Amino acid sequence: MKNFQIIKALSPNSAVSSINKENSAMFIAGGTNLVDLMKKNIAAPDKLVDITSLDLKKIEFLSGKVSIGALAKNSQVAEDKAIKEKHPLLALALAAGASQQIRHMATVGGNMLQRTRCSYFYNTDMPCNKRVPKSGCGAIGGSNRMSAIFGASESCIAVHPSDMCVALAALDATVLVEGPKGKRQIKFTDFHRLPGNTPEKDNTLLDKELITSIEIPDNNFNKNVHYLKVRDRTSYAFALVSVTAALDIQNNTISSARLAMGGVAHKPWRLTEAEEFLKGKTVSETTFRQAANLAMKGAKSYGDNDFKLTLGPNAIVEALTIASSK
Amino acid sequence: MSKTSNINRVDGFAKVTGSATYSAEYKTDGVVYACLVGSTIAKGKIKSIDTKKAEWAPGVLAVITHLNVDKPSGYQKAKDKHNFGQPLQIFKDDSILYYDQPIALVIADTFERMQYAASLIKADYFKEEHSTELKKAADKEKKVETDKGNDYHRGEHDGYKNAEVVLETEYTIPTEVHNPMELANIIAKWEGNKPILYTKSQGVEGTRRSVAGVFDVPAEDVEVHAEYVGGAFGMGLHTWPYEIAALIGAKKLNRPVKLVLHREQMFTNVGFRPYTIQKMGLGATKDGKLTGLTHEAVAMTSSYEDFMEGTVNMSRFIYDCANVSTRYRIVPLDTCTPIWMRGPGEATGSFALECAMDEMAYKLDLDPIEFRKRNYAEKDLEQNKPWSSKYLLECYEGGMERIGWKNRKNKPGSVREGEWLVGYGMGTGTFGCYRSPTSVKAKFSADGNLILQCSVNDMGPGTATMMTAIGAEIMGMPVENVIIEMGKSGLPKGPTQGGSATTSSVGSAVHDSCNLLVSKILGLANETPTFKGIPIADLTFANGLISSKNNSKTVSLASLLASNKLEDFAVEKQSKGNEEARKYSIYSFSVHFVKVLVNPNIGKIRLAHVVSCADIGTVISQKTSAGQMFGGAVGGIGMGLMEALEIDHRFGRPINNNFADYHVPVNADIEKQEVFFVNKKDPISNPMGTKGLGETALVGMAPAIANAVFNATGKRVRDLPITLDKIIETAKV
Repeated sequence: MKNFQIIKALSPNSAVSSINKENSAMFIAGGTNLVDLMKKNIAAPDKLVDITSLDLKKIEFLSGKVSIGALAKNSQVAEDKAIKEKHPLLALALAAGASQQIRHMATVGGNMLQRTRCSYFYNTDMPCNKRVPKSGCGAIGGSNRMSAIFGASESCIAVHPSDMCVALAALDATVLVEGPKGKRQIKFTDFHRLPGNTPEKDNTLLDKELITSIEIPDNNFNKNVHYLKVRDRTSYAFALVSVTAALDIQNNTISSARLAMGGVAHKPWRLTEAEEFLKGKTVSETTFRQAANLAMKGAKSYGDNDFKLTLGPNAIVEALTIASSK
Repeated sequence: MSKTSNINRVDGFAKVTGSATYSAEYKTDGVVYACLVGSTIAKGKIKSIDTKKAEWAPGVLAVITHLNVDKPSGYQKAKDKHNFGQPLQIFKDDSILYYDQPIALVIADTFERMQYAASLIKADYFKEEHSTELKKAADKEKKVETDKGNDYHRGEHDGYKNAEVVLETEYTIPTEVHNPMELANIIAKWEGNKPILYTKSQGVEGTRRSVAGVFDVPAEDVEVHAEYVGGAFGMGLHTWPYEIAALIGAKKLNRPVKLVLHREQMFTNVGFRPYTIQKMGLGATKDGKLTGLTHEAVAMTSSYEDFMEGTVNMSRFIYDCANVSTRYRIVPLDTCTPIWMRGPGEATGSFALECAMDEMAYKLDLDPIEFRKRNYAEKDLEQNKPWSSKYLLECYEGGMERIGWKNRKNKPGSVREGEWLVGYGMGTGTFGCYRSPTSVKAKFSADGNLILQCSVNDMGPGTATMMTAIGAEIMGMPVENVIIEMGKSGLPKGPTQGGSATTSSVGSAVHDSCNLLVSKILGLANETPTFKGIPIADLTFANGLISSKNNSKTVSLASLLASNKLEDFAVEKQSKGNEEARKYSIYSFSVHFVKVLVNPNIGKIRLAHVVSCADIGTVISQKTSAGQMFGGAVGGIGMGLMEALEIDHRFGRPINNNFADYHVPVNADIEKQEVFFVNKKDPISNPMGTKGLGETALVGMAPAIANAVFNATGKRVRDLPITLDKIIETAKV
């Protein structure tokens, strides 16, 4: 690891201004991903701005929405009584991620910014366009069991690894950020991006912008919800495929549905067409299977991850079935 | 059951409180920090290596490569191949034999500066085409004429082909890595011409011999400390290039050098269980009598060592079968050399054999245990010797009862619990009982403690606990008064810890030396006025007291020592196996039972219940033995469901060289697990009647899982690990 400077920011504004002067400066909060990246020389900032003292840890229930500070710990949100009651999907997704120790360190904002777990990204002797632009994609034609089936490009087939973000995409959350040019809001589903020709960019944050909070509008998805995470072991493994299913069921009829997948794309993959299809339908396995088939339109696999074409729709049906039977 | 069989792990407190000192933790004045930089290609030569930036970096004391190394004097003498213990001569020349082969040693005054300097080293290569994929290298297959490499035939060659019912199948196991929690680590220093190592080793004496060979010094001059070993699973059986590198660096700087491998290097530089392809041929009569069994294995090795293990051996003796053929071939590939990993070849072989036995049982429509019972071997047909003891049937019975085998149906997919498909499976394991000559010094000190000394290591199985239990039992004293000194050179010579032989070897030596100590004490007592004239046979020693019959006269050992002006009283004895044992075939046996719940839609396999039973002769220490059995079984579960080192063969590099991507089981993966031992003394093996446990605790678990998954789903997975993509069901809509 190379030498670097670390300073503590006392306000969002001072955090942004202290990072603004340096090209290779970065914010650090829980550090559960960034420190690993620095050890491997994948991230090599000259300066870290420690934002953990900022007053961005609160979970506040406001009129029509909940606001979660960017520095709220993953475990704090997952175990918050009111979150569990009003947004159980978010609590379930958070609890499925990482390990308890990591959830105690990791923050909501940091979770959104974690980099892909594609092995080629982490192995610095390998080609990876995301790590070193124009160096090639090792996963295409290589080991790609984890890789994307939606929205990938010729330069990158990596997936976003977060569980939490899959729930936030389904819940129509909004991201609040502050940067050199002031404050702005980003729709959660627009926050992460597809790789295209520039896979080095994971998201639509502008240079030096800081995430300050997320907001989730109130909804009726507090009963028939499920987060299904399919992985290679029961705990402490990234999703091969995950599904968030949220249903508002009245008299065995689905009045509205939210559906998103993780582990399948460079961003949390919202399944709006399947959601529309489910609306007004009666709860049944056939309906769920039809929705799942709709959801898989356009899916493409790369060899090792061919199984996701089968696992994906099966996981959707499974998640919907469990959600509807709660 | 003896009084000491339920004692606690004697070093447990030191381990959980952190007071146990592992190799890299020794306080050493003036220690400096080193790491190894690895090659980025899998085969070729180093064209150039730029070390200038690293040499100029702050705090750097030395950068050593093949260009500037003072080559150890033993390099010249050693043959390039078959030099067990140090096959790769680090920094010998410019050749690259595998990815991440060390090409430079960087030493600096602090850990951080060393790491930074290492990142500045850049090498260019003349690349050559590498070969890392066993399936594509069949043309390099070779037969090595040794005990392990020779073909074996009993009866008709490949006699299975003529049977009424014939099964021919192929099984694959991937490369697996040992990766104990404690990284490979060493502090190396020199006192004049004498090397001193604090290192992760499974065998102090083996490390001494290897280091002596490399540096051309007498083995007696090599000092090795490995008092605590944080797991090894076989990777500590070699002296590895990193250890030699640290010694080279320490010699150059004349300072102690500490070197700890990175976790990534644990996947590339310290051995692995080799990728192996096995072909099975089974022949049986319609009523379930095995008439022929052929087992062929092709395993990878490195380009510089003919590594071999007992992959096909179990097939020669475990079942009663007249016509048996085994063949074993190796294929050199451009990788680091393999090394025995827990349950070594037998774990690989049992996967093929015990899955094939299961498949044949289905063909015959027989219960798999009934099929095995019909082919129960009453004696060892390979060696044509009687078993010293064999309680395999008791293992079957105990396991069947605990797992609820009666609920199993032979038709796959016919048992359900709610939405889950239920499957039951079992697999048999075995491992030979070995005993090597071992010396132990037993010393009674004036303060009433028994000190037992042996250079053997304890990498986790509870060797110190076993020694304590045996010593306390024989001396008739509390376990608290037994002090174990082990894991370093200079002590009476113990064996390398491996092959489940430690208790048989070291335990016997403790047994023999303690008995000798008692008889010497009684002999000394017999010369005192108190006991003069009383036959020695009428004297006993317990609780520090020498007593005559009926306790009419007693003398404390302390006063006996005092009256003889002795501060302590010690004996040292070497113990080894006898001729009688050669007349028998001595094996441990184990059976693993698994109940799985499977959701085929998403490929989820739950281990609802795991039962492991073993016939290991006498159980010396119930708790540490159970712990070892639990751990071995979990290792087998990893082998069955998760572990595989993936290589990107385009580059010859591993893909999943970290604990996030290389999966081993977590607690949540195993819902209920139990172990039990038959615990009957073997009359032949050694004075205690033990047979060995470490290896057989793992052997047979992977096939048990595969067989249970088949019973649940009807899907036969013949290539490990059984990941969800191999069993997932396509929807029927």
